[in-house]
Amino acid sequence: MAVITYREALNEALREEMERDPDVFLMGEDVAEYDGAYKISKGLLEEFGDKRVVDSPISELGFTGLCVGASMAGLRPVVEFMTFNFAFLAIDQVINNATKMYYMSDGQFPMPIVFRGPTGAALQLSAQHSQACETYYSHAPGCKVVTPATPADAKGLLKASIRDNDPVAFMEGETLYNFMGEVPEDDDYVIPLGVADLKNEGSDVSIITHGKMVHVALQAAAKLDKDNIGADVLDLRTIRPLDMDAILKTVKKTNRVVYLEEGWPYAGTGAQIVSMIQEEAFDHLDAPILRVTQADIPMPYAKNLEILAKPSADRVIEACNKVLYR
Amino acid sequence: MAETKTKKKSMPKKDQLSLHGVSPELAIDMMGDMLLYRRFEEKAEEAYAIGKIGGFCHVHIGQEGAAAGSIKPLREDDYVISAYREHTQAIAKGVHPNAVMAELFGRVDGASGGRGGSMHVYDKDCRFMGGHGIVGGQVPLATGIGWKIKYKDEDTVVIVYMGDAAVNQGGFHEALNMAAVWELPAIYVVENNGYGMGTAFSRVSKTDMSAKPVPHGVPASHVNGQDVLATYAHFRELIAEVRGGGGPRFVDLQTYRFRGHSMSDPVSGTYRPTEEVERNTAEEDPISILRDRLIAGGHLDQDDLEEMDKEARQIAQDAVDFADASPFPEPSTLYDNVWAEINEHGRLFFDGRERP
Repeated sequence: MAVITYREALNEALREEMERDPDVFLMGEDVAEYDGAYKISKGLLEEFGDKRVVDSPISELGFTGLCVGASMAGLRPVVEFMTFNFAFLAIDQVINNATKMYYMSDGQFPMPIVFRGPTGAALQLSAQHSQACETYYSHAPGCKVVTPATPADAKGLLKASIRDNDPVAFMEGETLYNFMGEVPEDDDYVIPLGVADLKNEGSDVSIITHGKMVHVALQAAAKLDKDNIGADVLDLRTIRPLDMDAILKTVKKTNRVVYLEEGWPYAGTGAQIVSMIQEEAFDHLDAPILRVTQADIPMPYAKNLEILAKPSADRVIEACNKVLYR
Repeated sequence: MAETKTKKKSMPKKDQLSLHGVSPELAIDMMGDMLLYRRFEEKAEEAYAIGKIGGFCHVHIGQEGAAAGSIKPLREDDYVISAYREHTQAIAKGVHPNAVMAELFGRVDGASGGRGGSMHVYDKDCRFMGGHGIVGGQVPLATGIGWKIKYKDEDTVVIVYMGDAAVNQGGFHEALNMAAVWELPAIYVVENNGYGMGTAFSRVSKTDMSAKPVPHGVPASHVNGQDVLATYAHFRELIAEVRGGGGPRFVDLQTYRFRGHSMSDPVSGTYRPTEEVERNTAEEDPISILRDRLIAGGHLDQDDLEEMDKEARQIAQDAVDFADASPFPEPSTLYDNVWAEINEHGRLFFDGRERP
């Protein structure tokens, strides 16, 4: 096992998949000569040349549409959004074209394409650079959504996403890029989509989450452990496909659930999953399921307000205590 | 409906006899194409009127010369992608009229299996990359198809059609900019019928159509789409330039829509004068214009023309019969082709379908 950063893990995944398949190319703003806004593509221009590592104009709709068209015609593009916050300009191309083409054409045009970049808040970037965007994509049939939390997951899931034959929104996190972790040195380390990962084991309460909130959940679980409360932390890893078996397993084990996510509460990922749990495991619940989300407001800039708006370990602990009636 | 009889008053002047370097055989061939497109769309109108076709349906009547003249010079392995007034372009690119009509009818033998309808005809084998329903949405896709052609060092080209309203979309400008920067083999064609639905182009653009690609460094040209031979000659040259590595081109393909925007829209409506529609229908019909030339040049007589029209009507009728006989898609296939890859793990559908 090598210990590398989440950034390096993504870089390795891109390099290996570009070596493996000449139809894979990377396009986005500043991905080539600048090495990527967050250096995810460092060194790739030198290795693969400017035909496969391509600096786009700042035209999110345009270059996303170009890549969707290239996918339609047989290539396997990886689109980098400097942040998914900028991808709203391109979402027509993602939803109306990429995710519907296969169905509208009755299966004539598979659309292998990865849209990747950071989502959610970093530190004091205020409202237009801090939004967690996964629900916009998971809402649409035809779009897979992947949210890795660790370097190993980042590598294994990006490789699987590039090989997948459907559009994948692959959502990273600015504050995750420097996160270190063990990554298997196997040069074909692929994690199948649709498999959740139990990141902490406990028998009293289940914290279900995804993406960078996994680390908030783990902090909460560590503190709860000192109070002799054991928390399962289930990292979904992919929102679509969704590992419902793993969700039902932890629910049936602890009978108490907190859903934690970085986005807003209304129609959030948690709303979907809570609905499914009550439909499929109602008799196993000993308390209503609570959700911990971003405050239902645009993200404020001021440091103290931003802290209040973001989900925190303390709020997760508070929710866990509530479902435990403590 | 196009008159196939020559009117005495419209005997062409000598300069109108020009075949633009197109052989009489090819000109006659394109006459047959245009007659088929006209009769096909008339059948679509009839079928819509009796509820055989639903949803939105945009017919191409009046614009047949644009489709025939610009697609004819393409090779089979060249790409065409279009907007939602695309029935005849699909046929021009080789999609069987039966498959197009069955798609309009929402039947299983339709080009898109009945999943797309009038606005979404696809045929991968013919490299007809769809009808697309969002104004201008297909323009960046065409740039991407051009990107693939260059990436793979192929010598094909892509033609993308859009209506005049599409040039006011941001994606049009982004797509042309990138095509120019990367010298992609793409031809951006505005089928300029003067109206974006009910809004005259001049009311929503300060500059002329020819100015639109100029800031991006894409050369512009224009041609009269009612003159199928001029259109053919123009595109033959343009396609050769682009295939030869000349980079992208923009064409203002000037035409006129003889019908309403869609089947739910009256022919002239409140946004254009009835006289304008009547004048264009009488004087600018691409079928009549070519007919007059071919007859005046002695390449075709009235009997030949009647025979060709009969054949076109038969193909259109056969398409209707085929569509009508084709079954509706099986209810059990409702969920087919949402996902190209059903992953081994996890749920992909959330309406209870996969519940254990």
